[in-house]
Amino acid sequence: MSDTILETKGLTKHYGGVHALEDADFVLKHGEHVAIMGDNGAGKSTFVRQITGVEQRTRGTVVFDGKEVNFGGPLDAREAGIETVFQTLALADDLNVPDNLFLGREKTKFDWLGPFRFLDYKAMRDDTLKGLVKTGVKIPNIKNTIANMSGGQRQCVAIARTATFASKLTIMDEPTAALGVQETAQVENIVRTLKDQGESLILVSHNMRQVFDLVDRIIVFRRGRIVANLNKEDTDGQDVVAYITGAKTGAEYEGAA
Amino acid sequence: MSDNSDSVGGLTFDKSKRQWPNELNVFGALILIIIIFEVLGAIFVGQSLLFDTNDRFDSIFNEARLRIIIIQVAIIGIIAIGVTQVIITAGIDLSSGSVVGAAAMIAMSFAQVATVNGAPNPKAIFGEWALDLPVIVPVFVGLAVGFAAGLINGILVAYSRIPPFIATLGMMLFARGVAQWWSLGNPVSFPTESYAKIGAGMMPVIIFLSLAVLFHIIMNYTVYGKHTYAIGSNEQAARMSGINVPRHLVLVYVIAGMLAGLAAVILTSKNLTAQSGMGLTYELEAIAMAVIGGVSLFGGRGSIIGTVIGALIIGVITSGFTFLRLGAFYQEMVLGMIIVGAVALDQWQQQRAAARA
Repeated sequence: MSDTILETKGLTKHYGGVHALEDADFVLKHGEHVAIMGDNGAGKSTFVRQITGVEQRTRGTVVFDGKEVNFGGPLDAREAGIETVFQTLALADDLNVPDNLFLGREKTKFDWLGPFRFLDYKAMRDDTLKGLVKTGVKIPNIKNTIANMSGGQRQCVAIARTATFASKLTIMDEPTAALGVQETAQVENIVRTLKDQGESLILVSHNMRQVFDLVDRIIVFRRGRIVANLNKEDTDGQDVVAYITGAKTGAEYEGAA
Repeated sequence: MSDNSDSVGGLTFDKSKRQWPNELNVFGALILIIIIFEVLGAIFVGQSLLFDTNDRFDSIFNEARLRIIIIQVAIIGIIAIGVTQVIITAGIDLSSGSVVGAAAMIAMSFAQVATVNGAPNPKAIFGEWALDLPVIVPVFVGLAVGFAAGLINGILVAYSRIPPFIATLGMMLFARGVAQWWSLGNPVSFPTESYAKIGAGMMPVIIFLSLAVLFHIIMNYTVYGKHTYAIGSNEQAARMSGINVPRHLVLVYVIAGMLAGLAAVILTSKNLTAQSGMGLTYELEAIAMAVIGGVSLFGGRGSIIGTVIGALIIGVITSGFTFLRLGAFYQEMVLGMIIVGAVALDQWQQQRAAARA
């Protein structure tokens, strides 16, 4: 088995005449944490949407876990082991933490009852607690419904969902954009925990400090193209800003943008 | 931030945010309403509503009145169990009363005895064979009518994306038309003896309470129940989580339709006749039971227990006004106010929850 978890070749997405993503070649290794940065409309979210099957790409290939994949929808991607924490949280407000973690993939008893098969609350509660311990998420009372939680706790629940199901790749799209300082710190702690456990991660973020704190490598998008692939050690904030704004372009990408 | 927590990142457990089961509030309202009637009864008519004040009998409660209270809400209560599930998915079912009418007429046609020779007679529709059938046949027919109506409602809501209000409004008019067309507006009467036993005596209450227990278990301990709450809470999240939302919605509407069909069987069996106007406004009373019982019209919140208590509140108010010898119009005014009050309270709780999140 190779050490690459995800690879895209010539990944392209056109919306009519708008070239939102152009020939993106991207490689992610097992256990590596990579940040995707870029201005608004640079193609970051478009890139994520092609990988997670939310949209269908115009052309190019995606190789995940050694196999070329063609996800028909986000569920296929999830089945394959790509967990995404979306900007808009996909949580049901009136359900509690285990219910949300296991929504759509409940542990059950008496399966012959079909849709009326019984929920195995105990098993789901135990697994939830394991998932929370694994991510270092502390939620005072997991029986509380999401509606009674702060924005930070909600984000933590969404992230814990990825850990509970032993995913192969986690994608976070601006996970702290709407959070306060302390809540952001907790989410960042969880990301570090995932790193220690060898979980692969793609982090879409605007926050320079956060990116330098958390990831190994930074990919910069500009006007639909990848313009830089930087190791964290070889660069600094001003350098990255130069790539984002177009003052600089990576040597290997010359002529592209 | 308080410092009595071992949580990181400043996330603390605020005990004031602990959840208080809504059913307790509804039960409190029931007790309060009973106390009001007891006080008014003692002042104005010198009697007690629920307690036995007659020395000739040796019991604590006025059992006859308790029995009336629960019998009069049992049949609509059966419908309300289905309507509760529909409302929890953030939908609404306006068709249940008319479905009762249609299912009543059609089921009764298969329940008639052969010796009857009245003008409105299924003999004219089906011939001699449709008379004196075993009891299972009309029961099955009643459930099948409810199933069909629920299936159409569900498909319209889930796959055609027609708003539930409009889809079930259409079914409400359509099913009422079917009820009138079936025997050209004539009543159908004289069921077989075995059919008449289904809704006799306390049977409606026994069936209502058994179904309430069954659906309480289903809503709280099965995948069906969890998905019903999830869809009403956040349909987008339910879809993203891999729940087949359209298929589940169809199932919910089918169950609601079949419960309306069952209510029609029990109602015709109890009354020994079916009329095309049967079940008029039942859908509104069933929705009222659910809403008073704390089921949120926004979806995601509510319970079968709440709806049962809501049904009892309506029963107590109806009996209470008769007991105080007040006209039925006062009753309707008060019920109207209580329904609006219950929804206003739900709105207020929603806003408070949103404000502190």
